[in-house]
Amino acid sequence: MKVDLAETKKIIERYRSEKGALIPLLQDIQAVYGYVPAESIELISKELSIYPVKIYGILTFYTQFYLAPRGKHTIKACQGTACHVMGGKAILDHLSDKLGIDVDGITPDNMFSLERVACLGCCGMAPVIVIDGDFHGRCTIQKIDELLDNYRSGKAK
Amino acid sequence: MKTKILICMGTSGLSAGAEKVESIFKSELKRHKLTDKCEIVRTGDRGLFRDVLVDIITPELGRVTYEYIKPSDVPELVEKHLVSGEPVKKLLAGKDYEQFFAGQMRIVLSNCGEIDPENIDDYLSHGGYSALKKVLGMAPEKVIEEIKKSGLRGRGGAGFPTGRKWELCRAVKSNEKYVICNADEGDPGAFMDRSVLEGDPHSVIEGMIIAGYAIGASHGYVYCRAEYPLAVQRINKAISQAKEKSLLGKSVLGSTFSFDIRIKEGAGAFVCGEETALIASIEGNRGMPRPRPPFPVEKGLWDKPTVINNVETLAAIRHLVTKGAGWFAAIGTEKSKGTKVFALAGKVKNTGLVEVPMGTTIRELIFGPGGGMVSKRLGLKAVQIGGPSGGCLPESLLDTPIDYESITQTGAIMGSGGMIVMDERACMVDMAKFFINFTVAESCGKCVPCRVGLKRMLEVIDAITEGKGREEHIKFLQEMSGTIKSTALCGLGNTAPNPVLTTLKYFRDEYEAHVKDRICPSHACSELLKYEVIESKCVKCGQCYKACPVDAIRWRKKEYAVIDKDKCIKCKACFNACEFMAIQ
Ligand SMILES: Cc1cc2nc3c(=O)[nH]c(=O)nc-3n(C[C@H](O)[C@H](O)[C@H](O)COP(=O)(O)O)c2cc1C
Ligand code: SF4
Ligand code: SF4
Ligand code: SF4
Ligand code: FES
Repeated sequence: MKVDLAETKKIIERYRSEKGALIPLLQDIQAVYGYVPAESIELISKELSIYPVKIYGILTFYTQFYLAPRGKHTIKACQGTACHVMGGKAILDHLSDKLGIDVDGITPDNMFSLERVACLGCCGMAPVIVIDGDFHGRCTIQKIDELLDNYRSGKAK
Repeated sequence: MKTKILICMGTSGLSAGAEKVESIFKSELKRHKLTDKCEIVRTGDRGLFRDVLVDIITPELGRVTYEYIKPSDVPELVEKHLVSGEPVKKLLAGKDYEQFFAGQMRIVLSNCGEIDPENIDDYLSHGGYSALKKVLGMAPEKVIEEIKKSGLRGRGGAGFPTGRKWELCRAVKSNEKYVICNADEGDPGAFMDRSVLEGDPHSVIEGMIIAGYAIGASHGYVYCRAEYPLAVQRINKAISQAKEKSLLGKSVLGSTFSFDIRIKEGAGAFVCGEETALIASIEGNRGMPRPRPPFPVEKGLWDKPTVINNVETLAAIRHLVTKGAGWFAAIGTEKSKGTKVFALAGKVKNTGLVEVPMGTTIRELIFGPGGGMVSKRLGLKAVQIGGPSGGCLPESLLDTPIDYESITQTGAIMGSGGMIVMDERACMVDMAKFFINFTVAESCGKCVPCRVGLKRMLEVIDAITEGKGREEHIKFLQEMSGTIKSTALCGLGNTAPNPVLTTLKYFRDEYEAHVKDRICPSHACSELLKYEVIESKCVKCGQCYKACPVDAIRWRKKEYAVIDKDKCIKCKACFNACEFMAIQ
């Protein structure tokens, strides 16, 4: 697939004169493409005279960035303390089994990608998972099966 | 007076369907022609996880709280409460709700769940920005004097006196200075900053402007983690509203003082909560800590003097300015003043945000607002406080008063106020492993003790939880902890061994059972779990049977449960469901 760099150009212009703006710039790029394409990195490097190694240094340091496209739905399973105490690890293991992928993997049908997060700040409803920004608290394995089925059958968008 | 309907719309309310509840309220009000008489207020979270909380305030009935409200409950609420003036008994908030709030002293959280965070007028009508007005009439030195007198200490973890920090920064001469609000909240298990940002963003902004005025800064940054999109959105809105009212921007409220605030979103790295790493991150670099001194108050963002304060610290400023330093200093203990917000989670009945005066004991907190343990049968085994930099305290230390010094004495730290209650099913070696795992993943890798030392510790703890531990491992853990603590470059490494040290100190027998007897006394370590039912403990309740997702458990009324090992996928759901510790 060819990456359309028009958006990248616009974003670069927006940040051109701002110092230290590399991180928000990359965040904006990711918001457009869903990940940070290699082609965009090349262009940023050329336009703003930043070595690619510096850009990759940032992209790999922060967990938020992706260098490859993600699944249609992103599932994040909280592995924070409260969630751990309430059985969060079993939830993650189950997700991984059920989807047939490891953490940071994508299902072959590109439907789901699975991630772990350190805490979603909803510890009172632990264990918590979040699918595309929707929080699901007090998770059980049954509840997860139901949720995934809803996504697969198109009941949840 | 208009009838007010408060609907909790923080993350917890929204995830439980608050938007839907609101829209049905709107249509029902219309249907009963009450729209002109009633006002719906979209508030932040009150700090108690009760799905959607709704308060109705009418002149006749006063304030009535309803909990666990579902969209389908709304028509009845409107018809009975608003039309006939009769509260709906079955939906009223119960005793737990009352107990949760009865034991609290809400200062920083006073607006959360009370006002519409997206409406600056609501904030103003609750005394908002009056502290700023007061401060603009005072000399900056006088403001700092007040903060010092109040005894306020930073709520971000270390408890550094806020007034002193501001004073140090003010003393440095520079053409530019910065105020940074640390809203990274990386501690797993803490969520007070999130609630304050979502529920009362203006209080944080007001605190930042006051800090800017006091130290002589004209720019501020809010560094907020990206996992908190709603907080970012609300802070953004609050900033633009404050600009419209000339509370921010050129000549604040017509004075000669100018102050601007921008938001920087974090990108997912725990270490970025550390101040020098945070600064590096705002400057557009990898968030790696650097040695201090020089401290940020001398050389911070873009090498300019910078004050970094936590969200809760900044949110407290307006209260102590309006009510006076003396009022604030009268709350709490001798060396720890004011209130502290705790994020109570784990196996307690009421999970949520609790604000109490410093000096309250851990027991008072858990058995007061917390309502005690969820299960009547499983007792409290340990309380984890201070997150990855803190420790696990045993039952015998529950009467420790919560203040910086007393907590530090136990080997834990106050940290940001995460408090996670564990019952007998929690294994302390597993908890230590959990935290070391966390810090290994989050270590920035700059210095060897932290990068390599923690990994070695993790390998050893891993072996112990898998039943492959040796006796010298325990000694190794102890020694390595000491080395890392004293040689790591930043706070992450300096405190990372604390969970291991405290569990070794208070729960050494559990380590020994893993190593010598190859058993996990709490039946929690998966590798040592046999997935068998202990008949002598099983009371035939069937909870495990209900929890098993693959029907691997055979159980009939009045019979012991039996686990079919061939079918079992080792998901631990039965273990978590069994209140009698009958599964090993
Ligand atoms: C590894 C590490 C992570 C930290 N994370 C946070 C955080 O998420 N939020 C915070 O306010 N302080 C955090 N701190 C403490 C800050 O570095 C700093 O002390 C604090 O923000 C100062 O504000 P205060 O004086 O108001 O407490 C962290 C410290 C370390 C060493
Ligand atoms: S102690 Fe750990 S996190 Fe801190 S600088 Fe060293 S390696 Fe990085
Ligand atoms: S939950 Fe525990 S006590 Fe109840 S039937 Fe299962 S094993 Fe027995
Ligand atoms: S571990 Fe999971 S699959 Fe196995 S018996 Fe228990 S609940 Fe069923
Ligand atoms: S620990 Fe999972 S939401 Fe905080």
